[in-house]
Amino acid sequence: MKTLLFILQKEFRQILRDKTILAMMLVAPTMQLIILPLAANFEVKNVNVAYIDHDHSSYSQKLENKIASSGYFKIAGSPGSFKEGLELIEYGNADLVLEIPAGFEKNLVRESNQKVNLSVDAINGTKAALGGAYLVQVLADFNSNLDVNIKSPKNQIAAPSAKISVESINWYNPRAEYKYYMVPGILVLLLTMIGGFITALNIVKEKEIGTIEQINVTPIKKWQFILGKLIPFWIVGMIVFTIGLTVMYLVYGIFPTGSLLALYLFAAVYLVALLGLGLLISTFADTQLQAMFIAYFFMMIFMLMSGFFTSVDSMPDWARTMSDFTPVTHFIKVVRLIVLKGAGLADVGTELGYLAMFAVVLNGFAIWNYRKTT
Amino acid sequence: MSSVSVKNIIKTYNKGEVKAVNDTSFEVAKGELFGLIGPDGAGKTSIFRILTTLLLADSGTATVEGFDVVKDYKEIQNIVGYMPGRFSLYQDLTVEENLSFFATVFGTTIEDNYELIKDIYEQIKPFSSRRAGKLSGGMKQKLALCCALIHKPKVLFLDEPTTGVDVVSRKEFWDMLGKLKKQGITIVVSTPYMDEATLCDRIALIQNGSIMSIDTPGNIINNFPKALFAAKADNIYKLLQDLRAEAEVESCYASGEYTRFTMGHGQLTTDNVKSRLIESGHKNLVIKKIIPGIEDCFIRLMNS
Repeated sequence: MKTLLFILQKEFRQILRDKTILAMMLVAPTMQLIILPLAANFEVKNVNVAYIDHDHSSYSQKLENKIASSGYFKIAGSPGSFKEGLELIEYGNADLVLEIPAGFEKNLVRESNQKVNLSVDAINGTKAALGGAYLVQVLADFNSNLDVNIKSPKNQIAAPSAKISVESINWYNPRAEYKYYMVPGILVLLLTMIGGFITALNIVKEKEIGTIEQINVTPIKKWQFILGKLIPFWIVGMIVFTIGLTVMYLVYGIFPTGSLLALYLFAAVYLVALLGLGLLISTFADTQLQAMFIAYFFMMIFMLMSGFFTSVDSMPDWARTMSDFTPVTHFIKVVRLIVLKGAGLADVGTELGYLAMFAVVLNGFAIWNYRKTT
Repeated sequence: MSSVSVKNIIKTYNKGEVKAVNDTSFEVAKGELFGLIGPDGAGKTSIFRILTTLLLADSGTATVEGFDVVKDYKEIQNIVGYMPGRFSLYQDLTVEENLSFFATVFGTTIEDNYELIKDIYEQIKPFSSRRAGKLSGGMKQKLALCCALIHKPKVLFLDEPTTGVDVVSRKEFWDMLGKLKKQGITIVVSTPYMDEATLCDRIALIQNGSIMSIDTPGNIINNFPKALFAAKADNIYKLLQDLRAEAEVESCYASGEYTRFTMGHGQLTTDNVKSRLIESGHKNLVIKKIIPGIEDCFIRLMNS
């Protein structure tokens, strides 16, 4: 036990002495938490529309104004032909081309029917789908408010046709602001970095420099060495988590509506699981570069499969299964549930089970593999 | 009872492709300064790593102070000091922090065993608050020696402690080993430098994982079976070629400004050789008999 204390003392000395890593651990997460949610935004705004008007009527003019004033679209230009409009897309100056044919107003009034052509640049799938959908909505709205539809020929206002109108309320995130969704997720990723990356690198560093040889000829036992590595980073992780929560409150005004205790319990278990992953990586890697790449590989999978960017529910079945086997998935889910929805410990018991399982399996495998190597 | 005993140790790498240690056996007596002398890749480090429980041998047994390196590795870790060939202390900790860390993990303190390291530590004490990574090569070696000694080991393993260290520091280092020997510590040291061999009590000449000869340096030199001659002339390279072409010359190799050679069993003497060399146009030819060194013994054993 005393030996462990001496090892911990040594580890903390080394951590505090390496100013770059210390800054990376404490300052970088804070910066990321401040910058990323402001920049990363999945709402589609500023869709550039090339508006080709072959009609030049009051209707087509009205439609253009309506699109421009919707807040989502910018009129990128009014080219004279479809060919010119397509050129704008080719050069990346426009995302959508809306072509209003000649006789637009005339046909609408006389024949109550008119087609318009909408061409979408689908390189960015999300932007294309959402931008197109928004524009169709704008068109539908424009359509329902047209004079010809609501006024009879004799200038009498006809009875409006029956239609369902939807009034929606956004629960847990009243203004449907993206930051409420992003910030808790980023907090989880930061913790993942500390747990997975830095532990792995730290242990491999001892291998690379050769200090582990010197340690192995001392009576230090393996469990003492491993705990000596895991405990400091567990503590650092908890500190980073606290800093993250503080930033979340001070900068974004988000305070966990659920149990703070449950949140910390999850962070504690989650860190143990991730430290296990770091330890596992370190048993496979011989150099810090190898460790870095292996950790990076897992990090990419974690980021993309965890539901941080895209909803897990809309993934194909195989991906959803894979996502279940990523510890990050469960922690992101829980942090969002506790912070935004006010979940208590009882509501997230399954996730705690998952994380505890990860902690046991990863650490167990790591220790088993560590024994084998040296 | 011997302090270190190695019996028929075999260690291979790459699934048997590379034989690092090939059926090696030797004994080191208590309080002896034993040297493993051999070129790079001879298997010295593998032997050290097996004896310090860092590596498992394929077959054979080894004991340190009566403890088996496989079964009783925990006891061995308490009684040996190991200084690896590569500096492997914490570069980001200071001299004093390194020393006190290694003292505490052995359950002791710097003060307890200060007598043992005093002579060495005094020399690096002015830099005790400097980080180990910022020390010069010689000082790093002194610190590493201090750290290997801080728990008062019974056996000290030093793997190439003087490689890459300047001449003065090398001499100082061997002086320190002499003092430690007086304290009764068994020291096993490896070195690629033949001139350091004579400073050991006994040496093992090792090549390609096999021990060629184990004896005191004096005996190894005395057992050199033939007279050794050294020749010098203006054209050294031609001299070497001519000597090699000479049927009566048994072996011949360059060493500094002289070319060393031994004679075969035939009737011709060095005078015959000398006159033939002068005939073939060598100027300022000198041939003299010299006392062989460890290096000559090593080369002879290596070629036989």
